[in-house]
Amino acid sequence: MGASNESLLVINNISVVYSDVIQVIKGVSLKVPRGRIVSLLGSNGAGKTTTLKAVSGLLKPENGRVTDGEIVFDGEKIHNLSPEEITRLGIIQVLEGRQPFKYLTVEENLRVGTATRWMKPYRQDLDLVYHYFPSLVQRRKTLAGYLSGGETQMLVMGRALMAHPRLLLLDEPSLGLAPLVVREIFRIIKRINEEQKTTIVLVEQNANMALRIAHYGYVMENGRVVMEGDSGYLRGNPDVKEFYLGVSAGGASRSYREVKSYKRRKRWL
Amino acid sequence: MDFFIHLFINGLSVGLLYGVSALGFVMIFKSSSVLNFAHGQLLAIGAFAFLVLVSWLKLPVALAFLVTLCGSFALGFAVERVFLRPLIGESLIFVIMLTVGLASMLKGILLLFFGGNLQTYPDFLPGWLAVQAGSVYIPPVYVASSLLGIVFLVLFGLFFKYSPQGIFMRSVADNQTAALSLGVHVKKVFALSWAIAAMVASMSGVMLGIINGINVHEISSIGLKVFPVVILGGLDSIGGAIIGGMIIGLLETFTSGYISPSLRDVIPYIVLVAILLVKPYGLFGLVEIERV
Ligand SMILES: Nc1ncnc2c1ncn2[C@@H]1O[C@H](COP(=O)(O)OP(=O)(O)OP(=O)(O)O)[C@@H](O)[C@H]1O
Ligand SMILES: [Mg+2]
Repeated sequence: MGASNESLLVINNISVVYSDVIQVIKGVSLKVPRGRIVSLLGSNGAGKTTTLKAVSGLLKPENGRVTDGEIVFDGEKIHNLSPEEITRLGIIQVLEGRQPFKYLTVEENLRVGTATRWMKPYRQDLDLVYHYFPSLVQRRKTLAGYLSGGETQMLVMGRALMAHPRLLLLDEPSLGLAPLVVREIFRIIKRINEEQKTTIVLVEQNANMALRIAHYGYVMENGRVVMEGDSGYLRGNPDVKEFYLGVSAGGASRSYREVKSYKRRKRWL
Repeated sequence: MDFFIHLFINGLSVGLLYGVSALGFVMIFKSSSVLNFAHGQLLAIGAFAFLVLVSWLKLPVALAFLVTLCGSFALGFAVERVFLRPLIGESLIFVIMLTVGLASMLKGILLLFFGGNLQTYPDFLPGWLAVQAGSVYIPPVYVASSLLGIVFLVLFGLFFKYSPQGIFMRSVADNQTAALSLGVHVKKVFALSWAIAAMVASMSGVMLGIINGINVHEISSIGLKVFPVVILGGLDSIGGAIIGGMIIGLLETFTSGYISPSLRDVIPYIVLVAILLVKPYGLFGLVEIERV
């Protein structure tokens, strides 16, 4: 049994370039085992979103390109496919920053999730989504633009579930949400992974929460993977502790400036 | 009073047709942000296709109408495939210039075949379509065109509200990247919006042709009237396009009825400028939901 049989997704030494000149990913490799949650950590601008978009094919509309290496999903090379083809293989990305269809109702948003198999019935899938996200039920007919942040995050995740994903790429689901809501969302992510057997790549800045539910993690900096390991190992690692878990290793905290360089302000692209 | 009512009905039914054809224009704009300057030519092609089928080939009217609708649906699809698709991802100004070029090309072809003279359809609408209410007489054309306009509107509404493809089209208009991330075939959505726009335009072209007669220049210029209509209604509101159409239709008929027919085509643009000065987003422009 080769490694590609245990891994649903293999990213092999890829480089990504935007507008033919700006290189943002430099030789990233990672593996996502079937049925697992793999977390991708790193500070702003590390290249996490770009890595996800390389997998889902969404680089193209942004004028980005995988210039080197290969991305293999379930034995098939996918780095030259279009998003339409990639989604139909079962790879669904939930975009960063919660992007509902504001002028569609909650249920219409969910129906867009059936685009990859739109002639098929979808009632049961709706029920499944409402089962995981019960708070969406009584908001079914509300325009998505009027939902709260937490509800919106649930909606965009539910929308992705409608597509029967085999690989779910979640980009910062905790972004800008209250701690209680974050905990709720992560609990549901774990349940989806366990009950639906969905393989998940979880991009997060909230390393603490992410490493609690992930099985394995990668840390990216400046377009490279700088560290990887089991969640338990990463949580115990002094560097991860200091920069991503907000715990100081040696008791005495490092200078504010040094830490801050890892917590650059979020850029809005 | 009768004259007023006559003008009113005339204005409303012509305006409804303006509104319905503006809908197609709005649909292309909403899904792909392209301003289609060849919209009037799509109306004209529909009107002349119907003329060929009815007057030259002597097909039964209903069949001819159906063939015209299906043909223009296919034409819209083809135009998107051949001319627009290669430009996806290019700067919008190129795409808009392309539609300007397309407009003069199509107009040239029509002039070549049909010349610039006024032509008319044979009179085929049955007399029983007319409505006589007291002293007010509504001729069959107005009844027929209003009914058709309303039928198209209802079909439009149902399609967008309930059908999967309609919902996908709205999702693309709403957030294209998110639609892509869920596997919506965005290029198919563009093609479908051109196809539907062309079909609706040809319906309006035929009805306006029955009302006013058909002439390449006249019908093509309706494409420009789409601008005051949609700007009045807001470029992204469908209900607004309909109301905008009716307002322009009424303005036109009242101007030519009470002031002078030669001012008919000027007034809408004066109103357009006035409204743009006061409400730059149109009377019914979308209220942006800002939350997240
Ligand atoms: N469309 C683009 N064109 C050019 N450069 C881009 C583009 N998108 C992202 N970049 C650059 O690529 C780098 C990585 O960005 P990316 O969004 O992948 O980071 P990230 O790890 O997701 O960060 P964050 O945590 O802030 O979301 C950044 O320096 C960014 O400026
Ligand atoms: Mg990101």
